[in-house]
Amino acid sequence: MAIVESSLNLQQACYDQILPAGESWLHEVKRGQIFRILDLEGNQAVDTLFYNAHNAEERYSAVDTIREQANLYLTVGTRLLSTEGNVLMTITADTCGRHDTLGGACAAESNSVRYATDKKFMHSCRDSFLHALGHCDCGMDKRDLTANVNFFMNVPVTPAGELTFADGISGAGKYVEMRAEMDVNVLISNCPQLNNPCNAYNPTPVRLLIWN
Amino acid sequence: MHQLSRQNQLWEETIPGAAHWSFQMKRGNALRLTDIEGGANLSVLFYNMEEKLERYNMPDTLKAQHTAHLTKGFVCYSDMGRVLASVIEDSCGWHDTICGMSNAALVEAKYGKADYQQQRNAMHRNARDSMLIELGKWGLGKRDIVPNVNFFSKVSADEAGGLHYQPGHSKAGAYVELRFEMNVLVVLSACQHPLDPATQYSPKPVHLQAWHCGTADADDYCRNFRPENVRGFYNTELLFR
Repeated sequence: MAIVESSLNLQQACYDQILPAGESWLHEVKRGQIFRILDLEGNQAVDTLFYNAHNAEERYSAVDTIREQANLYLTVGTRLLSTEGNVLMTITADTCGRHDTLGGACAAESNSVRYATDKKFMHSCRDSFLHALGHCDCGMDKRDLTANVNFFMNVPVTPAGELTFADGISGAGKYVEMRAEMDVNVLISNCPQLNNPCNAYNPTPVRLLIWN
Repeated sequence: MHQLSRQNQLWEETIPGAAHWSFQMKRGNALRLTDIEGGANLSVLFYNMEEKLERYNMPDTLKAQHTAHLTKGFVCYSDMGRVLASVIEDSCGWHDTICGMSNAALVEAKYGKADYQQQRNAMHRNARDSMLIELGKWGLGKRDIVPNVNFFSKVSADEAGGLHYQPGHSKAGAYVELRFEMNVLVVLSACQHPLDPATQYSPKPVHLQAWHCGTADADDYCRNFRPENVRGFYNTELLFR
């Protein structure tokens, strides 16, 4: 796994916010800006979707992204492709090493399948996404939710085709950084999942930074 | 559960290579897909017929069953924790659901341009545009295209995550059977898999046979294939109580 550090200075960021676990975030990153997600306490899954800021019908495509790079995992050099084959973001720095895009976002309904029927009442990424879209007045809704990126999450696939949820490979202070190749709306759910090791059973805040 | 027979077959049809189509499959009915010549690929999306906002969800399907591929026993989950369709038989062993579908730029880059004016119905088609045409018939569009299933295609990943398409995976006569657990809109395209290394544009036909098989009983193989599926079937059956 390639570990590539960034040369950017935290003090020079034009945007710097802490996003607690269980919260959502919808924000535009302009073309040319650099966006960093910083895992403050370690092993925190950050469920993320990307949209063309001027036409949300064009959005992140997990399957096009992994097929075109011929690899399942996202890391430095990965171009996050849209459904139209355009580059939304390019990952330019990564001190974690790899990120998942097959595991999707947790939801009340998938929790009821995976764990127990009554787990559907726990908070979930889908609820966070719907909360953000319900308040955005941007015309987006559940139809716009698709397979997302899980930054800092470790979901190895075996050569026999099994999907496993392994302990995280991220740690406190690790980060991933990406350059916007068009004006992009970024939708994040800082994952509240408590039923598997994706957040080390302890969802924690992340820090979001943008540089011009 | 009833096997396919001449007596209970509801309809059959051959989808020519690269053709697209869409239709409803009702709960308790099944569909056999047969790769007539070998080397076929069938890109498929599933929607709840009554509420098309509910649709096939690749990540939920994979993580609920701890798999990165589909074969007998696995089921296709919707984003609402319900089972759209179950894989009740499979002579092929592996169906891809992580590589998406072909698009216009990809097909032109691999096979060149061949439009209708020159080639009539042998024009080069691609799965994304084909899906958009079919989705348009049901009031759906780009926002409804999500990661799909590619029946008859195998793409595995090595330890480093590198993807490997397996040529020659599906042999002539290979088939897979799907039982529908709710009323489902099936949207399909028989275009080549986007990672098919064939240098020639050579989409293959797929034969479809629908029959009435009945719903899953308590000791059903797919229901009991994983503990998660017991709960997925419970969620699904709540729709029909």
